[in-house]
Amino acid sequence: MTVVVTMPMIGTAQAWRDAARGLINANIPPCDVSWGDETAPAGLWDSPPPPCTGKVLTVPKEFLSIARSVVWHSDPARFSLLYQVLWRLRDTPGLLQDRADPELARLRQLQKNVHRCQHKMKAFVRFREIGSPDDPRRSFAAWFEPSHFTVEPTAPWFARRFGDMDWRIITPSVTASFIDGELRYAEGQSKPPLPEDASEQLWTTYFRNIFNPARVKVKAMQSEMPKKYWKNMPEAAAIPDLIASAPARVRAMNDAAPTLPPLRVEKVQQQLAQLPESVWSGNADALRAEISACTRCPLHCHATQAVHGEGPMDAALMIVGEQPGDTEDLAGRPFVGPAGKLLDQLCAETEVDRSKAYITNAVKHFKFKPRGKRRIHQQPSTTEVEQCKWWLDAERAAVQPRVILAMGASAALSLTGNGKDMRNRRGRVHQLDDGTPVVLTFHPSYLLRLQDPDAREAATDLLRTDLTRAHQLAQNLAVRITPDGGGAPVRAAPQ
Amino acid sequence: MSTRSIESKLAILSDAAKYDASCASSGSTKRDSRDGKGLGSNGGSGICHAYAPDGRCISLLKILMTNFCIYDCAYCVNRVSSNVERARFTVDEVVKLTIEFYRRNYIEGLFLSSGIIRSPDVTMSEMVQIARKLRHEENFRGYIHLKTIPDAAPELIAEAGLLADRLSINVELPTDAAVTQYAPEKDPAQIRKAMGHVRLRKEDSNDRSHTGKRPPKFAPAGQSTQVIVGADASNDATILGQSTRLYSSYGLKRVYYSAFSPIPDSSQNLPLIRPPLKREHRLYQADWLLRFYGFELDEITDVTKDGNLELDYDPKLAWALAHRGLFPLDVNRASREMLLRVPGFGVRTVNRILSTRRHRSLRYEDLTRMGVSMKKARAFVTVTGWSPNKLTDSADLRARFAPPPEQLSLL
Repeated sequence: MTVVVTMPMIGTAQAWRDAARGLINANIPPCDVSWGDETAPAGLWDSPPPPCTGKVLTVPKEFLSIARSVVWHSDPARFSLLYQVLWRLRDTPGLLQDRADPELARLRQLQKNVHRCQHKMKAFVRFREIGSPDDPRRSFAAWFEPSHFTVEPTAPWFARRFGDMDWRIITPSVTASFIDGELRYAEGQSKPPLPEDASEQLWTTYFRNIFNPARVKVKAMQSEMPKKYWKNMPEAAAIPDLIASAPARVRAMNDAAPTLPPLRVEKVQQQLAQLPESVWSGNADALRAEISACTRCPLHCHATQAVHGEGPMDAALMIVGEQPGDTEDLAGRPFVGPAGKLLDQLCAETEVDRSKAYITNAVKHFKFKPRGKRRIHQQPSTTEVEQCKWWLDAERAAVQPRVILAMGASAALSLTGNGKDMRNRRGRVHQLDDGTPVVLTFHPSYLLRLQDPDAREAATDLLRTDLTRAHQLAQNLAVRITPDGGGAPVRAAPQ
Repeated sequence: MSTRSIESKLAILSDAAKYDASCASSGSTKRDSRDGKGLGSNGGSGICHAYAPDGRCISLLKILMTNFCIYDCAYCVNRVSSNVERARFTVDEVVKLTIEFYRRNYIEGLFLSSGIIRSPDVTMSEMVQIARKLRHEENFRGYIHLKTIPDAAPELIAEAGLLADRLSINVELPTDAAVTQYAPEKDPAQIRKAMGHVRLRKEDSNDRSHTGKRPPKFAPAGQSTQVIVGADASNDATILGQSTRLYSSYGLKRVYYSAFSPIPDSSQNLPLIRPPLKREHRLYQADWLLRFYGFELDEITDVTKDGNLELDYDPKLAWALAHRGLFPLDVNRASREMLLRVPGFGVRTVNRILSTRRHRSLRYEDLTRMGVSMKKARAFVTVTGWSPNKLTDSADLRARFAPPPEQLSLL
């Protein structure tokens, strides 16, 4: 005996779900069920489906989402195919993970068709205004011919989008209307006469002009906008003419001789010369401007900008780091990234006022290697450090610090000519040719890289000591120091 | 002068805007107007409302506010020295066009660009005014993409980012030297600085305040840029190298490649050789391989000697043909990283293979059902029911993938 289930045109998804639940609870196999829509003729021995009662079958979420789409397909076999798969799901709950099962592949194909049809409906429905533009709530209507029964699943999307106006989407199968914020479905209609809409003319003008005749790709257009949709789209009428006239337009562009510039060019150029300086360039003194324009090594083409030193030009303490990092490169200021935050913290702990020190880097441009969405820091080469020493020397000459704190190997290399063996040399003081003491220490980012918490704590202590020592030297306090390059500790006398 | 109808203005200013490739409307914050107090929605995927015969999608109303411009960029149709017709929209006209088109379901939103009038700041502030009016007066909740002028004041860019879904700044050409040569008024360093500024702003807007409150979203759909391909002599390796740096430095959502196409009233300073549109397509493919398939830049560009991608073979196929020693792969056992390198396998296919492999071993027919283009893939894989035998190492494998010969035009 065959159980016959009739599916309504409106509310199909819920109806199928209820029917399928009843059937599966009553243990009726797929071969004994005949699914049809309202137009299917009834057989003599048919019995109605059992009502949905009692226990509930649990199915994977994904099946439900497949079913919710597939019921709107125009294929008459869709309901039985869904029930067939549901039947199999009882025994094989993992069925959906099998991406190669033929029945599921068919279901997924139907689902894809429905999704595409819904997507195209969202794209190609064209409303015409049926009320007056001055109405407080404007009203629009559209005639559309979808390939599947996609009005009902897609209408809520239109309701979310066009919430402040009334609209109707009329199709041969179902009509959706959204009046005063309420969404309703009714039976389909034949094509109604909709009033002309002046915006269609403007839209077609836009369509004609956004087209670039130098790159005609008709197939690419048709694969995404099949001809079946054209009859209800106002702009589509312009397509044949656009394609036909394209080659001639390109030829005309190629053949056209270059023209003389119009007369106003000269006036504009005068105006351009008088434009006020962009705020981006900041208060550029000569040195900053020169550093920004530096092309001594290839690093400048890849970094965002040169990062100059920052701080008072009469600072007693100068802190030199390695090079700007990711954040510094974007912000254009030294030590504002993670290492900068650590330096701030250390300064606070040692009561060194960061704003009174002149902070800069041995290399002014960020050197990095792109990896996906991140930039991986690269240590500057000896050549790059040497090229940039020019600028560090210029900054040193301008600030004339009493003492310099060199953080990390690159800073040491730039200032002392030797960037090696920082672990042993840290804490020592190198005397520059002009007598300025350079306190050598770790770079804060070295601390950030240390995994072992004890080692990190120890290294942080050492950095704190060095920072304090540099600060005390800058304050003209007597400090015990060990000279770089060997020798016994000496007591640095205030100058 | 200002007696032009809105229709003729629209014609001029959309014609001038078509050289911007971007038309994306996806990836922004979810919002809708179900409350009945506004117009428009946004969320998830973008929608292409029409396609022009050039194969490009029309998703946004892509127009220039004005095509008057004081700059003289050789590749641009709107440069000051060109004799194209000029027009200028008022703020209200752009707002009205956007709203009326949106209500009729023609568009997803507005992509507003502009020639530079008077000064970068004046231009940018007028563009921001349009976005502000759309958002605050018309309660427009659709998509807005603002082309940002790199020299405009940071406050204007900041406001633009709060109103728009996406900001974009065009790097225009692949090298700094080319920008200086062809766009003398533009400063490549300033363009990078502005992109860095946008990224920092965007990151700041992700941080909660100490009370746990989120600041307003800044350009939720991110920023993008565009490079013109073929106007200067840079090869594909240079172009892709710039893209990888841009992606890593400024968190760009997309780099658009635009094959330089003939423009009306073109400048004398430009090369007359038009790059094939295929080149643009290959660049996009390579861009995808770099971002989603785990390829390194040199792997893709080392295949040919001149650093350009092959036009007749897609970059993945070209790589596979040059590294046949690694193939054929056993689909039932190969790692994800290697499966992604099989020509004809996409990211989705590989995910499907991996999820099915957990249950059973795969057969040839299964692969076709999963959407693999076996015509391409079969020389590079073994699977139950299929072995390429000598095909992988055959001397004519390369020739098999060559595009069919084309008869020359008789005209």
